[in-house]
Amino acid sequence: MGLAVALSALVLAQGRYQIGQPLSEEEVRRWNVRPSVLATGAGLPPGEGTVDQGAQVYAAQCAACHGGSGEGGAFNRLVAEPFPVTKETNPRDFAIGNYWPYPTTLFDYIRRAMPFATPGILSDDEVYAVVAYLLYQNGIIDGSQPMNAATLPEVEMPARALLQLDPTTQKKFPWITLP
Amino acid sequence: MNRRKLLRLLSQGLALGSFAKLSSATGQAPSPRSFSEKSFESMKTLGAPLREYGERSEFEKEVVRYISPNLRTRHSGADFTPLEKLEGVITPSSLHFERHHGGVPSVDPAEYRLVIHGLVERPLMFTLQDLKRFPSVTRTYFIECAGNGQNGYRNPPDPTLTATRSRGLMSNSSWTGVPLAILLKEAGVKAGARWLIPEGQDAAAYTRSLPLEKALEDVLVAYAQNGEALRPEQGYPVRLVVPGWEGSIQVKWLRRIEVADAPVMSKDETSEYTDVMADGTIRAFTWVMDPESIITYPSGQQAISRGFHEIRGLAWSGHGRIRRVEVSLDGGNSWKQASLEGPLEPLAAVRFKYNWVWDGKPTTIMSRATDEAGNTQPTPEEFFARWGRNNRYHYNAIQAWHVGADGKVLNGDKALPGALAPSRLGAAGRGGCGGEA
Ligand code: HEC
Repeated sequence: MGLAVALSALVLAQGRYQIGQPLSEEEVRRWNVRPSVLATGAGLPPGEGTVDQGAQVYAAQCAACHGGSGEGGAFNRLVAEPFPVTKETNPRDFAIGNYWPYPTTLFDYIRRAMPFATPGILSDDEVYAVVAYLLYQNGIIDGSQPMNAATLPEVEMPARALLQLDPTTQKKFPWITLP
Repeated sequence: MNRRKLLRLLSQGLALGSFAKLSSATGQAPSPRSFSEKSFESMKTLGAPLREYGERSEFEKEVVRYISPNLRTRHSGADFTPLEKLEGVITPSSLHFERHHGGVPSVDPAEYRLVIHGLVERPLMFTLQDLKRFPSVTRTYFIECAGNGQNGYRNPPDPTLTATRSRGLMSNSSWTGVPLAILLKEAGVKAGARWLIPEGQDAAAYTRSLPLEKALEDVLVAYAQNGEALRPEQGYPVRLVVPGWEGSIQVKWLRRIEVADAPVMSKDETSEYTDVMADGTIRAFTWVMDPESIITYPSGQQAISRGFHEIRGLAWSGHGRIRRVEVSLDGGNSWKQASLEGPLEPLAAVRFKYNWVWDGKPTTIMSRATDEAGNTQPTPEEFFARWGRNNRYHYNAIQAWHVGADGKVLNGDKALPGALAPSRLGAAGRGGCGGEA
C-alpha cells in the first residue's frame, strides 16, 4: 500500500505517467513517410522539376482523372483563370489558379495524396515537376525557372489576397496570423 | 406488392414457394384496427439462440445512411445519418455519418502506433495498449461536417428534401479516450510551440492544423465510440475528437502529431473548408460550428394525419450548451418554446419536443436554436446576408417543413432571388462533399 503510493508519486513526478516509447530523430524520420510542407516552405525536400518534365508526369499520372490539361474530367478541375473567384463563381469551378492561397500546399498535398488510387508513387522531383506544370497551366508562373525548395515558396497565389482569418477564431486565439 | 413487404413476408417464413401464395398472404394482412393469429406464431416455437454479436431486427434493415447518387466516387465523399428514423440523441455507431478523402483504411491494432514529435522534449511512440493505460475520459459530443446543410445552398430548394439530406452530416456519440493534453505533457512541449499537425493513416494521409491551446482544453485521442471500439469509418483504432469544431479537423486513423510553430495550410484547410463570404472575401479556420436545429418529425417526405403529434427534433451548437429551441407552427410569424430533454450537455446534441394538435390546415413548421453564448440560427435571408451564395460550408439557417392539406410534408424553404453562374464543367455531377449541393 505504502509502496504503491510511493511508486505512483514517483511515476507521476512532473505529472508524467512514463508510458510510451521514446524515439530517436532517425526513428521519427522513418515513421514520417509523408512529411508536412508548411506555407513557409519548411519541410520542402531537396530536388526540383520543370514545367516540361511536369507535363509528362501529368499526362502519365493525372490526366485520366483531371482532364488532358487540367480542365477537369471525372474529378476536380485543376486549372482556372489566374485571378481570384468572385461572388458569382460557381464553387465547382474553384481550382488552383482562382482559389488556392499557398503554392506550398500543392507540394504537400500531391506528395501526400495523389495520384488518388496510388498515392506515394511520385519521387520528390516528379512532385516538383507536376507542381510546376500546374502553376504554369494556371498562368501563375512563366516556367522560366524550375520549382524547388527555394523557388516554390516565393510563388504568389492570386487568391491569397482574399483570404482572412475567421473572426470567431481570431477572438479566441488573438495570436493567430495567416502565413 | 412492394419489395419491403415481400422481404418481410419471406423472412416470416410465410412465403413457402409460389408467388401466388405470397399474394394471397398479403391479401390477408390485418388492418391496423384488428390483429391476426400470426402474432401468436412466435409463442409456439423457440426463438433464435444466443449469439455472440447482436444485430438489429431484420425488419429494420431499411434504416441506412443516405449516399447521394450524384457522388462521382465512394472513395471520397460523405454519406448522411438518417436523422428522421432515429430517436433520442445517441447516433448508433453503424449510422454515424461518414466523410473521408481516400476510402476507409483497415488498420491492424497490433501494428498501430501514434507518434508525437516536433517541438517536444521527448518524441514518443504509443501503442494502442499504451493509450488505453492512461487515465480515460468518456464524454458525449456531436461531430458535424462543415458541409452539413449543403442543400441549403441549392436554389431553388429541392422540394423532396428530407431531414437526413438537410442536416444528416451530424452525429452524436459517447467518446472514450485519453485527453491529448496528457500525451503532450508526456512528450513535453517546448517553448515556441503553438500548433499541432495531426495526420491520418489513410490513403489521403489526411492532415490539418490545430492550435495547441484547443488541444490542452478538451481534445480527446479517442479509441471508443458508444462503449465499443471505434468503427473503421470513424477512425479505428484511434481518432481525434475536437469538441464543437468542424468534423474535418477531427483527424481519423491518427498516426502522427507534429508539434510546430506554424500551421501547415494543408489542402483541406485552404482549397476545402474555407468559406466564401457575401463580401467576396474567403475565411480560413472557420472551426466552431454555429447553432443548428432540425425538426425530425414531422419532416420532409413523411405524412401525418389530423390530431396529436409530438414534434421532435435535434439541436446542437459548437459554442456550448443549447439554451433554447423555439418552434413556429405558422411559417415563422410566431414562435413557441419547445421543451429540451436533459441532460443538457455542452457540445452535444439535445432532443427537443413540442406537443401539437394538427387541425388539418396546410402550414409551415420550423425550429430555431439559441445557444448559451447567445447565438441564434438565422433565416436563410439573414444567413446569405453574411455568407456567400457560392459558399460550400457552415450553412445553419432555419429549415422549414411544409405540411400540405393531405398531411404530406415537403421542404418549406423558399426560393431566393438570383442565381449563381452555371459551372464551366456543365451539369455533370454535383458539388459538396455529400454530392447534394
Ligand atoms: C484516379 C483518379 C485520380 C488521379 C489519377 C489523380 N487524381 Fe487528383 N484528385 C482525385 C480526386 C477524387 C480528388 C478529390 C480528393 C478529395 O476529395 O479530397 C483529387 C484532388 C486533386 C487535387 C485537389 C483539387 C482541389 O482544388 O481541391 C489536386 C491538386 C490533384 N488532385 C492533383 C493530382 C495530380 C497532380 C495527379 C497526378 C500526379 C492526380 N491528381 C491524379 C482523383 C485523381
